[in-house]
Amino acid sequence: MNNDGVNTSRRTFLIGLTSAIGAAGAVGVAVPFVKSWEPSAKAQNAGAPVTVDASKLEMGQRVVEEWRGQPIWVIRRTDDMLAGLPKHDDQLKDPDSSVDQQPPYAKNAWRSIKKEYLILIGTCTHLGCSPLYEPEPTVQLKEGGFFCPCHGSRFDLAGRVYQNVPAPTNLVVPPHSYTSETVIVVGSEEGETKA
Amino acid sequence: MMRMVNGLIDWVDARLPVVNTYKKHMSEYYAPKNFNFWYYFGVLSMVVLVNQLLTGVWLTMFYSPSDGFASVEYIMRDVQWGWLIRYMHAVGASAFFAVVYIHMFRGLMYGSYKPPRELVWIFGMLIYVALMAEGFLGYVLPWGNMSYWGAQVIISLAGAIPFDVLPFIDAKDAKEIGEALTTWVRGDFMLSTATVNKFFALHVVAIPIVLLALVFLHILALHEVGSNNPDGVEIKQNKDENGIPRDGIPFHPYYTVKDLPGVIIFLMIFATVIFFFPTGGGYLIEKPNFIPANALKTPDHIAPVWYYGPYYAMLRATTLEFLGMSSKAWGLIAMAGAIVILFLVPWLDRHPVKSIRYKGLVSKIALTLFVLDFLMLGYFGTQPATGLAKTLAQIGTVYYFFFFIVLLPFGHRFEKSKPVPERVTGGH
Amino acid sequence: MKKLVAIVLISVLPALGLAAEGHDVELHKAPVNLQDKVSLQNGAKLFVNYCMGCHGLEYLRYGRMAEDLNMPEEAVAKYLNFASDKIGDPMSNAMHAEDGKAWFGNPPPDLSLEARYQGSDWVYSYLIGFYEDESRPYGYNNKVFPSVGMPNVMASLKQELGEEEFNAAMGDITNFLTYAAEPIAAKREHLGVYVLLFLAILLIPAYLLKKEYWKDVH
Repeated sequence: MNNDGVNTSRRTFLIGLTSAIGAAGAVGVAVPFVKSWEPSAKAQNAGAPVTVDASKLEMGQRVVEEWRGQPIWVIRRTDDMLAGLPKHDDQLKDPDSSVDQQPPYAKNAWRSIKKEYLILIGTCTHLGCSPLYEPEPTVQLKEGGFFCPCHGSRFDLAGRVYQNVPAPTNLVVPPHSYTSETVIVVGSEEGETKA
Repeated sequence: MMRMVNGLIDWVDARLPVVNTYKKHMSEYYAPKNFNFWYYFGVLSMVVLVNQLLTGVWLTMFYSPSDGFASVEYIMRDVQWGWLIRYMHAVGASAFFAVVYIHMFRGLMYGSYKPPRELVWIFGMLIYVALMAEGFLGYVLPWGNMSYWGAQVIISLAGAIPFDVLPFIDAKDAKEIGEALTTWVRGDFMLSTATVNKFFALHVVAIPIVLLALVFLHILALHEVGSNNPDGVEIKQNKDENGIPRDGIPFHPYYTVKDLPGVIIFLMIFATVIFFFPTGGGYLIEKPNFIPANALKTPDHIAPVWYYGPYYAMLRATTLEFLGMSSKAWGLIAMAGAIVILFLVPWLDRHPVKSIRYKGLVSKIALTLFVLDFLMLGYFGTQPATGLAKTLAQIGTVYYFFFFIVLLPFGHRFEKSKPVPERVTGGH
Repeated sequence: MKKLVAIVLISVLPALGLAAEGHDVELHKAPVNLQDKVSLQNGAKLFVNYCMGCHGLEYLRYGRMAEDLNMPEEAVAKYLNFASDKIGDPMSNAMHAEDGKAWFGNPPPDLSLEARYQGSDWVYSYLIGFYEDESRPYGYNNKVFPSVGMPNVMASLKQELGEEEFNAAMGDITNFLTYAAEPIAAKREHLGVYVLLFLAILLIPAYLLKKEYWKDVH
């Protein structure tokens, strides 16, 4: 062993260089391990957009589809239902949908792309129960709407939450679009998002 | 900033022997300066162990023992980058055995098991046995047809244990005990998901814990007595005025920087197999394992993975029936004996000289033949046992035991050793 | 001694190999080229039209195939009889295992991994290996799979195309099945080149570092 005349700067440089390249390699090795935690092809297929042909819906009827484990409601609203919406704005928490519970293209008085079709994620914004659909007026819902049996939250036929109920925000409108006049794709915005 | 870091180190060190441990095992662990090529394989075993643990933990996240075959294909196709993690693990298993076999050969060549290193060897052998168990259990998990039939053959060996050598057990009872034992191992009356579930738990939890404990003990024992070297010279017998072996150099930085290029070259070979030959021409992942386990469809030829080859060859080569025991029982005894005898090597080797470098011609030829014998048995273990192959496997089995029982203890009487030097030779 | 070991190894091992190797039916070399997207696409089309009536590819997803083979998803939907709801669904087969067993004696196997199980050469040799044999229920037998249960569904295609073009078409199916058995294969090899290059670059400073430190050791 002889430590005289050691070229310290060369050693420091080589250690730095080896460590730097090695660290880059470590990052590269980490990629597969990190990426493998992303949804697999199977999960992505299960979470793929869901197509609903709304032309088969009767006036006032609702269908329930599943997208990413959540119930998706598609409701064909009648003109009466739509006419009732503005009448109770003063009783709502957020009548103008200012809280971000919908894509920008559904931020309007009727909370949908086409007035006729309402698309909602069917879970209460309070604790995630599934509210009941009340197409006809009831005691609690003068113009119809959704009533959550768990804790009594009420929503109107645009999914807007009433005041003095536990639910804090309006029901969520999922991203969706139209591939034709009446074919709705829930979970994809590749189609038409204008009325 | 530096002060804070130093303060933290001092704080921890007052409560945990960090600096001392680092010194004892790295910067002031003196290793002989004459390590050669064969001394890379210890650290390579560690590299592969880390690879197996890491990829294994990740595979466990996606594998499902209730449908092993489909979940492996799920990993190979649906999980992002799952294919790479799986290949790293599958090829890693073979790489593990490759480096461990070379590591063991190194020990045999330079007498690394001789006093005072017997325990290092014993712990190493226990690691090897645990590794074989781990490899077998892991091989069953993909639940392909070779997994199934491989497991079938190995588990049925439990039925061949000759319990009737015991005076109070007759042949009929022995058979019943054997059958009860195989049923117990399977957890069912045939191989089923009950078996796979059991093997999964053993493969991912039980054996890895044992392996890690043994690796820890292997290294602890090694660092207590110090490493051997190609000359078989005890460097601790020649220390300078500071008590540092004259032929020793600190493990860190000298062997860390020396091991690094070795590890990189190993990784290049490893990556070549993973990316270009992941099935190893059927030797690493066998073709029948690309169809699901099928109890009605025996593969044309049931072959173990290459690393069990030598023992499987000895199992099949034993066709004798004597002392009232079946050839199957003798085969099992030969196979088990071949492993047990390795544990006894520190006491079987009675040569006055440690390293092959200074042993005589008989020892050199004996070891060369042993290596060839082991490779030949390994090859025959993976091939159908017919004609010439069978005869050669029988000769190979006899030589295997002859080497350990006769040549290792008595070979030195028939040769003239060279004088062992005082100091190690060569610096690099 | 090292030399001795090497010489003995090199001379002995091949001889042992010959001694132990069995003799099977001679297989034709399959024209596998995973870069040839045209061949893979043609193979996919032929597979869907001629094979998928009975055999599925349960581990391959339509969407994955479309992406890997540069096929637009609409084309997959239109030309490959893609009748499923989702492009991400597996190409599994609807034929009931019982039906298959009743018709052919055995349910037609899923072919996702056939090219890895039997080997691509075997698949190719099988596909071109049908010959007329009156003793068989469907009038055909196969060179590499004697007493095969499958009827020669490609007989009309062979008449239509002629021997040479037919063999090329079977080569395309083989190519496609080789892809289907391991969809990542092409990318795997591609990535491997970069990994090896990276390690080679890392080796340089690591080796110089070793040299530098070991100047101390005499």
